[in-house]
Amino acid sequence: MKLQEYTTSAHNFEECMKCTVCTAYCPVLQVNPLYPGPKQAGPDGERLRLKDPYFFNYALKYCLNCKRCEVACPSGVKVADLIQSARIKYDTHPPKLRDQILASTDFMGTLARPFAPIVNAVTDLGITKKVLDFSLDIDHRRTFPKYSGRSFESWLKRRSKEQAAFPEQVAYFHGCYVNYNYPQLGKDLVKVLNALGVGVQLLDKEKCCGIAMIANGMAREAAKHAQHNVEVLGKAVSRGLKVVTTSSTCTLTMRDEYPELLKVDNSAVRDSLLMATRFIYEKLEQGATLKFRADYHKKVAYHTPCHLEKLGWGVFSERLLRMIPGVEFTMLASNCCGMSGTYGFKKENYEASQAIGAPLFEQIKTLNPDVVACDCETCKWQIEMSTGYPVMNPISILAEALE
Amino acid sequence: MKFDTVIMGGGLAGMVAGIALQQAGKNTAIVSMGQNALHFFSGTFESLQAPSERLAELFSAAGIRVHYRKGVRLMPLGTFKEAALSLDDIDLFPTPKFGRRVLIVNFLGYHDFFSSFLAEGLEKQGMECRIRFLSLPELDNAKAHGEMRSVQIARSMDRIWEKVAQEIRLLLKDEDTVILPQVFGLLDDTVPGRLRQAIPARVVFAGTMPPSVPGVRTQMQLRRRYELLGGTFLMGDQAIRAHEHDGVVHSIATHNLDAHYLEARNFILATGGLYSKGLVSNPFKITEPILDLDIDQPQDRNEWYNPTFAGEQPYMGYGVKTDEQLHAIKDGVAMQNVYAIGSILGNTRPELGSGAGLAINSAFAVVDQILRCTQNDNEEPATPVILSEAKNL
Repeated sequence: MKLQEYTTSAHNFEECMKCTVCTAYCPVLQVNPLYPGPKQAGPDGERLRLKDPYFFNYALKYCLNCKRCEVACPSGVKVADLIQSARIKYDTHPPKLRDQILASTDFMGTLARPFAPIVNAVTDLGITKKVLDFSLDIDHRRTFPKYSGRSFESWLKRRSKEQAAFPEQVAYFHGCYVNYNYPQLGKDLVKVLNALGVGVQLLDKEKCCGIAMIANGMAREAAKHAQHNVEVLGKAVSRGLKVVTTSSTCTLTMRDEYPELLKVDNSAVRDSLLMATRFIYEKLEQGATLKFRADYHKKVAYHTPCHLEKLGWGVFSERLLRMIPGVEFTMLASNCCGMSGTYGFKKENYEASQAIGAPLFEQIKTLNPDVVACDCETCKWQIEMSTGYPVMNPISILAEALE
Repeated sequence: MKFDTVIMGGGLAGMVAGIALQQAGKNTAIVSMGQNALHFFSGTFESLQAPSERLAELFSAAGIRVHYRKGVRLMPLGTFKEAALSLDDIDLFPTPKFGRRVLIVNFLGYHDFFSSFLAEGLEKQGMECRIRFLSLPELDNAKAHGEMRSVQIARSMDRIWEKVAQEIRLLLKDEDTVILPQVFGLLDDTVPGRLRQAIPARVVFAGTMPPSVPGVRTQMQLRRRYELLGGTFLMGDQAIRAHEHDGVVHSIATHNLDAHYLEARNFILATGGLYSKGLVSNPFKITEPILDLDIDQPQDRNEWYNPTFAGEQPYMGYGVKTDEQLHAIKDGVAMQNVYAIGSILGNTRPELGSGAGLAINSAFAVVDQILRCTQNDNEEPATPVILSEAKNL
């Protein structure tokens, strides 16, 4: 007998009870009249698409993939996975040049890095922004992330001997942002882990996690990255290493999007892939200690990135920050910042992106903290641009507060 | 992570228990798989017939305003039900005939509010009804994509309620009462009260299809209060396994935290009934998925349900077995540090609206039990608590 319990579909759309709870938590639905909302785009639409792909709706591209619908769903339906899978399966448009550029974070980083000062100056110019807006539909009101002249990989490679001397070792998936844009975050992580007696190693040539490709209609390329990354992660894991990360989105992508959306089996490495905040918290729980400066004082407002909420690991960042003696901690209300990686760069999304983030920006301005803490680089760009307040990864705050 | 008490389930029961324990200085965590039954909350606690000072206190500290008045409340389809305690959004009337002439106002394109059923019901009570629709450009967004739900409208209403009040003043003729869908006061809970003052007639809010706007707000207020008291709220996570030794649970594993276990002295199971997956069924039996607790259920599957669809359905009454102190029972033995509260206890009847009452009373009972046990530490709990009351609600 074929029983329903044995025949659940890939993203269990049939378990949707039509309760509409997800529609109350979708940030896009509140601001964009063109988006049909998670219930229609996800489980309702899936039923129709299975009958006939004709029912695929291109408005699904407005989904941020923030996963708030999944966090809210009382029935455990993978609403966002349904929407993203449908885009991968039915969207036959080849990605625009702009989307290909935005998605190729690795490639662009490699290109831009040697000319970092020039690239940074040029992308800051009003005229460049106008040209990009006109020619590529990249919104001119955006601030672009800066490139760093030296990559994090080359910085750490020079210190590989010194790092290998620590009694305990971890591997670090630094991601494109730390490597090309902001090596300081990687250096901060090394500082904190070293203080715990842990040395940091690079993976054997990681590639971009691929989330920007998934979001921009390049799932096949993303799957290649996924296969490569699972392989190099596997090498580290087979040497008994845990792999830590400082970006919540890279982590979610490699743990959950690989198997769910790209059908790449990551079961051998999934459990060893951890946010550094979780790794550090667990070390401290096991008795390790960190010594903090007595004169450190900072008013910190913490924003949980959507993908960290989905991972369910915001609690580790929160507890680490609260543990620092000089930190005056406030938890910001659970809201999406509206950036969602490459989404907010696109001209057609700019207004929606800012409208989604407005409640968060307002709360930050009211609190007037010294710094906003957040584990996601694209939230950082959005919050810094929209509020003027500096944003730091919790790891950097830990590093700064260390003795 | 270590806690005094870990609560599985973040609905009304879990939240009330969490807040009460935090208030008593305990360190707790709530693991909540998605949102909960508060999103279907009518706004009245039908089964609570006595004024509960303890509840009112807990709620008012969270900014939730309730009032007590024995009477009836208006149901979404124009019928009436007895109730005594409700959120301030919802009126309780001494008798079903609460007005003479009624203006029912809905928004054009909003299908989750049943104005003609309401009118029919009220006319049976001898009230004269007139239905009017408001067309507001602010709601065009919602109308355009066809997902025009209570919460979408409510988000706009927080901003434009004054305009709505003005439109209604223009519509009003000689009516003494105006009925509006319950889509006011999502983030700003002063809106219903200000709207009432701005309209020169009695304003009554009637229920819509879910999500329930006062319910969503109540959920947000409770969570905020819980977190302000220092509670750890793990949203979107799910307890999947408990680790026990000699009938005592020492930790649980959750879906998101995998190998990072949540350790505690006490565990409260508030995961809800079949609808919330606190209980799950297969063609042969109903089980409790985390601890595999004993469940009150007949052997024969045919007894699960009543062939009359709208009749009372026995399966809705099934729940986990407990002793008098609400300790959960497994293989016939009461587990000393595991308690069950809320809908997982069974015996709730949606048609009676008894869920909220059971959630609150059982949560308070277990909180008292836990606090008493920690006071006397290793001593046996003194007297059995008021359990029968909670179960029979």
